[in-house]
Amino acid sequence: MTPLLEIDQLSISFPHRDGPTALAVDGVSLTISPGELVALVGESGCGKSHTGLAMLRLLPAAAELGENSVIRFDGTDLARLSDAEVRRYRGARIAMVFQDPMASLNPVMRVGDQISEAIRAHAAVTSAVARARAVELLAEVGLADPRSAVDAWPHQLSGGMRQRVMLAIALAAEPDLLVADEPTTALDVTVQAQILELIDALRQRRRMAVLLITHDLGVVAGRADRVMVMYAGRIVESATTAELFAAPRHPYTRGLFASIPRLDADGSRLVPITGTVPPPDRWPSGCRFHPRCPLAESRCGTEAPGLVATPTGHAAACWITAGSGS
Amino acid sequence: MSAPLLEVEGLVKQFADRGILRRGGPPVRAVDGVSLTIAPGETLALVGESGSGKTTVGRTILRLEQPTAGRVRFEGIDLGTLAPRELRAVRRRMQIVFQDPFASLNPRRTVGAAIAEGLEIHDVVPGAAIPERVAALLGEVGLDPSAAGRYPHQFSGGQRQRIGIARALAVEPKFIVCDEPVSALDVSVQAQVLNLLMDLRDQRGLAYLFIAHDLAVVRQVAHRVAVMYLGTIVETGPARDVIATPRHPYTQALVSAVPNPDPARQRNRIVLAGEPPSPTVPPPGCPFASRCFHPARDERCIAERPALRPVGRHDVACHHAESDQ
Repeated sequence: MTPLLEIDQLSISFPHRDGPTALAVDGVSLTISPGELVALVGESGCGKSHTGLAMLRLLPAAAELGENSVIRFDGTDLARLSDAEVRRYRGARIAMVFQDPMASLNPVMRVGDQISEAIRAHAAVTSAVARARAVELLAEVGLADPRSAVDAWPHQLSGGMRQRVMLAIALAAEPDLLVADEPTTALDVTVQAQILELIDALRQRRRMAVLLITHDLGVVAGRADRVMVMYAGRIVESATTAELFAAPRHPYTRGLFASIPRLDADGSRLVPITGTVPPPDRWPSGCRFHPRCPLAESRCGTEAPGLVATPTGHAAACWITAGSGS
Repeated sequence: MSAPLLEVEGLVKQFADRGILRRGGPPVRAVDGVSLTIAPGETLALVGESGSGKTTVGRTILRLEQPTAGRVRFEGIDLGTLAPRELRAVRRRMQIVFQDPFASLNPRRTVGAAIAEGLEIHDVVPGAAIPERVAALLGEVGLDPSAAGRYPHQFSGGQRQRIGIARALAVEPKFIVCDEPVSALDVSVQAQVLNLLMDLRDQRGLAYLFIAHDLAVVRQVAHRVAVMYLGTIVETGPARDVIATPRHPYTQALVSAVPNPDPARQRNRIVLAGEPPSPTVPPPGCPFASRCFHPARDERCIAERPALRPVGRHDVACHHAESDQ
């Protein structure tokens, strides 16, 4: 299948006037096919959110896209488009939902008006048509009483309902790709389950591709088709969800699994990863995980390993566990 | 089991519902009759979603909030009968660790000063011995003694939580309310702090009220668990048992909603409909009735509030806890 989105060698830097340039994202490549749910997993500061924002060209002004970065969406390299041209894609063909819906919703505008605005930004329809469509969208995202919800103010809604409204706005222009950045992190677990089910149902019904950005491997299991694990600006492992969970290859991924408390655990002690995630301006040389890695050898501190894939496409960037080929 | 260290009976906390546009409405019943006990060295987890009242229970036990009704006994002493001065003395043995360690540390004071504060107030050690004690506490929570001279912003989230723990330990408490102590931390760091809390508990014989929303974390650290919904405890019992065989429909939904990092073992997810009712106007019957999926749910659930009663090895507040589903 031709990928819908093909990111190649994406690099994002934050130049400092004095001092070293901080490279928040360093040579990330990934593809997403139509209707596919791909998860991008990593801890805070690993560059996963910047990767998501780059797809919509929504990076902060201080950020610089690397010269060789390619963000090919449906055949067009978004990295080369002007701001005006990008608007034909952003919101229309690629939509995004964020962690905190209250920060994204306009507090002094009724919910229905915000959805109508999104509809009319991409389609020439009357306000009456847009409003009727807004009610339909609110019903599609599972709001119990869409006809009254359309007149509600954001503060009258719970966190879960607000995230449903954000999804309705994101769906307004019938996007081909939804970038969901920690869409359930601020929500209670039972509401989190509702929203994840909804996102999965929407992608199946609409054949919409989803890039799910999350810190939580548990959210990924059973939902994502493929998983990419990021650490310190780079993808360190990439595989189908089944393969990654059955046999993680990168020591960082293995460390994450060992440090997650589980409901079905035998109560034995958790095995944490030592140390902490380094900030972008202090990323270690070589493999960036080597100071925290229990397997690190001298080579790991000097040479950065590339992603090496097995015949089934399970790729890891590690000198020790993934062989030494390139 | 030994005599309880902490006994909470019929705890109620109501907040006045005052806003700019509304006045004199009915109060918000954040905690609506909670009873629990904790033995020395025991960890009781209080689990619930936002708005369930779990944090208010912790704060009210420590008298950071005044209870509207109910009694809290610590080491046999009814805290409600104590004069402020006497309460301060008891507080030395009851401490709290917050979710956001940064918000609970003064950014302009060194870490050493923050830890020394409690030592000074409660006269734990002579003034001259304070630096040495601070260094020992930092070592105990896994930090270098040189951390004492640095400021909170120079530390990562996990390190700040270690500082918060060292500060709580300084006054040699018997009981610590841990209010979502690892929720704000990265996964790889979360495990470090959980292990530290468990080691300290075992070494010092500490009792914890461990407030959390994450059942997997609770399974890891707690001996017993109490599940809260809309200000009341709906199920309580041994942590492993409650999580393995939950009897209350809400607990069942909560357990099924926990993301399991194993695609081969995805449980049947119960996706709850709707949202919890308003704590301002709690329903007369079972607080969970409006979202309940129990096949035996009936008129009684709407009309009559179920009391916590023993069902198997747990206590469950459900009229239909025995019937199969």
